[in-house]
Amino acid sequence: MKPDMDAVFKALADASRRRLLDVLRAENGQTLSQLCCHLDMTRQAVTKHLKRLEDANLVVTLWRGREKLHYLNPVPIHQIAQRWIGKYERHRLGALADLKAKLEGESNG
Amino acid sequence: MAESRFVYVIYIRTTPEKLWEALTQSDFTRQYWCDTWQDCDWRVGSSWKLMIPDGRVGDAGKVLEIDPPRRLVLSWQNQFIPELKSEGDSKMTYLIEPKGSAVKLTVIHEMDKPNSKLIDGVSQGWPNLLSSLKSLLETGQSIEETRHWPKGV
Repeated sequence: MKPDMDAVFKALADASRRRLLDVLRAENGQTLSQLCCHLDMTRQAVTKHLKRLEDANLVVTLWRGREKLHYLNPVPIHQIAQRWIGKYERHRLGALADLKAKLEGESNG
Repeated sequence: MAESRFVYVIYIRTTPEKLWEALTQSDFTRQYWCDTWQDCDWRVGSSWKLMIPDGRVGDAGKVLEIDPPRRLVLSWQNQFIPELKSEGDSKMTYLIEPKGSAVKLTVIHEMDKPNSKLIDGVSQGWPNLLSSLKSLLETGQSIEETRHWPKGV
């Protein structure tokens, strides 16, 4: 199955799933149990959200021994950025994002 | 975490054979991989080099496993940035699987030590290369900014 862009936007349209991606961004390659520690959700809810993220290709998994590790896959988000952000806008947008982060403190929207 | 690793996945509308060629052959890599090419005869145990257009060696290693057009595993050590070179060998794996009318490409780049600067560095570059590779194979055109080696690097 080739995930389409609708699946990416639908997967991102949920605060709990964005939080899961944040947790993976902070530390990539976590098991389900590790992910559950960071989140105020049942194990079943986390499993369900991970499935949606995997279907959208935003999370990919890898078996290492008996452990299933979850990795943030930024490629679909990169493709979205590439589609709507031009080559020369990237630097200016980066500077604006830095400025906002500096003034407001790092926070997750 | 005891190791550093990233795993990237991209789906490309092409064939495994064509994708294999695009990942290994110079006339393809030069178009989407910043004008670099790979010096290798693609046999197990052979040496492998990623060549920067000005003649420097960017990264080097050996072919650890090769099964065209399905699987390639390379050892990979940076050669031109001392801080990264001192970290030693990393391991890079391509997995290619047909999925319907598309092909799933998985790139795993890993090192047996935490907080590797090499892994951090290459993880920034791969999404660009992979998007450009997809664009090249699906439309015949790579993304403009990935066609040249960045100035001053």
